[in-house]
Amino acid sequence: MCWCGSNIASTVDLDRVQKAVEKLTNVVHVEQNKYTCSEPGQAQIVAGIREHNLDRVVVAACSPRMHEKTFQRTVAKAGLNPYLLEIANIREHCSWVHTSVEEATPKAIDLLRAAVAKVIRNTPLTTSTIPVEKRALVIGGGIAGIQAALDIADAGHQVVLVEKEPTIGGRMAQLDKTFPTLDCSACILTPKMVDAAQHPKIRLLTYAEIEEVGGYIGNFEVTIRKKARSVNEDVCTGCGICWSKCPSKAPNEFDCGLGERKAIYIPFPQAVPNKPVIDRENCRYFTKGKCGVCKKVCPAGAVDFEQEDELLRERFGAIVVATGYELFDHSVYGEYGYGKYPDVITGLEFERLINASGPTGGKLKRPSDGKIPKTVVFVKCVGSRDEAKGFPYCSRTCCMYTAKQAILLREKMPEAEAYVFYMDVRTPGKGYEEFYTRATEEFGVNYLRGRVARIYPKGDQLVVRGEDTLVGAQVEIEADLVVLATAMVARRDAAELAQRIGFSYDQYHFFTEAHPKLRPVETNTAGVFLAGACQGPKDIPDTVAQASAAAVKVAMLFSRDELETNPMVATVDEGTCSGCEWCKPTCPYGAIDIKTIEERVGKRTVSRRVATVNTGLCQGCGACTVACRSGAMNLKGFTNEQILAEVEAICL
Amino acid sequence: MSVERAGTGVSTAGWEPKIIGFCCNWCSYAGADLAGTSRIPYPCNIRIIRVPCSGRVNPQFVLRAFQRGADGVLVAGCHPGDCHYSTGNYFTRRRFLLVKRLLEYLGIEPRRFQVRWISGSEGQKFADVVAEITEQVKALGPAKMDKMRDVM
Repeated sequence: MCWCGSNIASTVDLDRVQKAVEKLTNVVHVEQNKYTCSEPGQAQIVAGIREHNLDRVVVAACSPRMHEKTFQRTVAKAGLNPYLLEIANIREHCSWVHTSVEEATPKAIDLLRAAVAKVIRNTPLTTSTIPVEKRALVIGGGIAGIQAALDIADAGHQVVLVEKEPTIGGRMAQLDKTFPTLDCSACILTPKMVDAAQHPKIRLLTYAEIEEVGGYIGNFEVTIRKKARSVNEDVCTGCGICWSKCPSKAPNEFDCGLGERKAIYIPFPQAVPNKPVIDRENCRYFTKGKCGVCKKVCPAGAVDFEQEDELLRERFGAIVVATGYELFDHSVYGEYGYGKYPDVITGLEFERLINASGPTGGKLKRPSDGKIPKTVVFVKCVGSRDEAKGFPYCSRTCCMYTAKQAILLREKMPEAEAYVFYMDVRTPGKGYEEFYTRATEEFGVNYLRGRVARIYPKGDQLVVRGEDTLVGAQVEIEADLVVLATAMVARRDAAELAQRIGFSYDQYHFFTEAHPKLRPVETNTAGVFLAGACQGPKDIPDTVAQASAAAVKVAMLFSRDELETNPMVATVDEGTCSGCEWCKPTCPYGAIDIKTIEERVGKRTVSRRVATVNTGLCQGCGACTVACRSGAMNLKGFTNEQILAEVEAICL
Repeated sequence: MSVERAGTGVSTAGWEPKIIGFCCNWCSYAGADLAGTSRIPYPCNIRIIRVPCSGRVNPQFVLRAFQRGADGVLVAGCHPGDCHYSTGNYFTRRRFLLVKRLLEYLGIEPRRFQVRWISGSEGQKFADVVAEITEQVKALGPAKMDKMRDVM
């Protein structure tokens, strides 16, 4: 029992406590120290254990959150299992909150009695170690995945970067310029793409998807489907003769369908790897059985029509998920006429139209007739901050990219007018507010506060009818082009991927971080980390920061050869488990599986299904123990018997 | 595992209720620690049992407490959305709405049993909650549920 100087001793009559505790069954030795956590105090514990041959220790002192680890090490020094120790918190929960000795002393006795009752039921627990496979899997080859892969590789670890498109680069490769500096997106991204491809520790697997994930932290077993590219990557030189000769055309996804590509193609000129892929749905050879021009012209003999999907089985110690986002499908806004009026486009389509390598060579021509627009209206919050038709969340990037697009328009075509309909202008970032101020003051972009009610055609123009709530009047603008700032939404296959890997996602299918403030890049599945907009709408600076943070978490994990597992995990009594599986859905970590056991009943062998806990995944919350109807599930360190013993000891 | 309760014929004169508090390690236990480090006084009737998560608290623990003579029980966990284990306190919330009904059925005034969300930064709230539940339980008088059969 610790005096903690006078912190405990002045309020708790420790001599009286000692007399009471000495009478308890199983208690053979009680002593007091001025400061138990000090060197001499700890030495006294070690000596006490040795002298009295103790096999359980209770320290009555400060909060276990303060010194539990300290005293666990102390008892371990005396050769005792560290989990045979309990702490009675008689400082924070007693001497510091109660002023009278008459109040604090009986309470301290109760707390000690509970700790003794519990410690008697403690069992030695051992941490086991699991080896760490020092290879990381990064899923998604956008800027988040590229940054995470580069940082992990620079820390000296092997990385496999899996991208489902034929090239890495992601959304950032589609953008023209970036706010608030107006750097050309490709100019800052493509060197990183090349770095990733050439890094000796990074292996790129493009045109590949995650098929299956098993295992746990340090030891994931992942099956990757490498889709048939129909081109042998090892021999292809990327010379480009095949796609220049290919006779079949299809809309280019990279240009949001505004331009065309061939059936054998690379999505954009700086694609990495610079190896084409055959889109079998649009290829004449695959649809009609005739053609094969690409194969004939390929000087390297790389075209391989017989290529099949390949399944790769790999082991990884950690996974970074960086799968990015999609744009909101705003066809629900019938009043905006997207799809009906070709000159109503999305922000991403605007990026492609104004980009020098885009379908119009960087000349902003409107999709309907190729005319250069004179009046452009931007509509913000399409799908975001709109519970009725879209999502209630703020998409975070639209205010800034709309300001950027309006600036780019005015910069390229000073004679054109730019109008922005907005609900609020949100500029929470370094240099963002200044950037927005430039849009209005330096570039003369007209901001109108209000929502757009309707867009309808008039001649070859579109009339945008909305409200200017600051003036309190309806406005109508005759526009040549309308750009909708559509919200960032989770990828449609996000939930499926999260289920496959085994971590959680929110109601919008964005991936959930382990803690919104303190663990923003971890998932609640150990060893799985998040980077970028798959976790929520995010701009490039935030994405890169999060990707580097995820990489550090991976590097931290890989700095050890073995991981110590938490010994306070759930455990199943197979004898009483009825295999009802009620525990399974309560586990937030997917740590419970069902296995079949065989047992002898009379002379027969019967097989029976029981729950089993993956100790690599279990974090010891105990949710399953309460769900268990037969009481078969228990939690080491906080067993039902231990807690009930505490209850009974207190009520005595 | 049967323990006799001492002194059954309780007289309410000089009687002080005994209240058991199950506090999750990550939020509420830390909140109670903070009440201590901030020296915020509260009634001495509460005895805290540390559990990893409020979702670890089996209703049987609560029943056992009343059965063995506790006059009140508090289950305290992280605020919804802040659970260290993501979802534990959601189970707590749903489970103990039912338990309140069950206790009422058993003849235990529902106010003797309370579930509260107390974060690690809410030392004052912890003290306030203890003061409040202590006052309410005092007003109700001793709980006499020692006739309940063992459930576990």
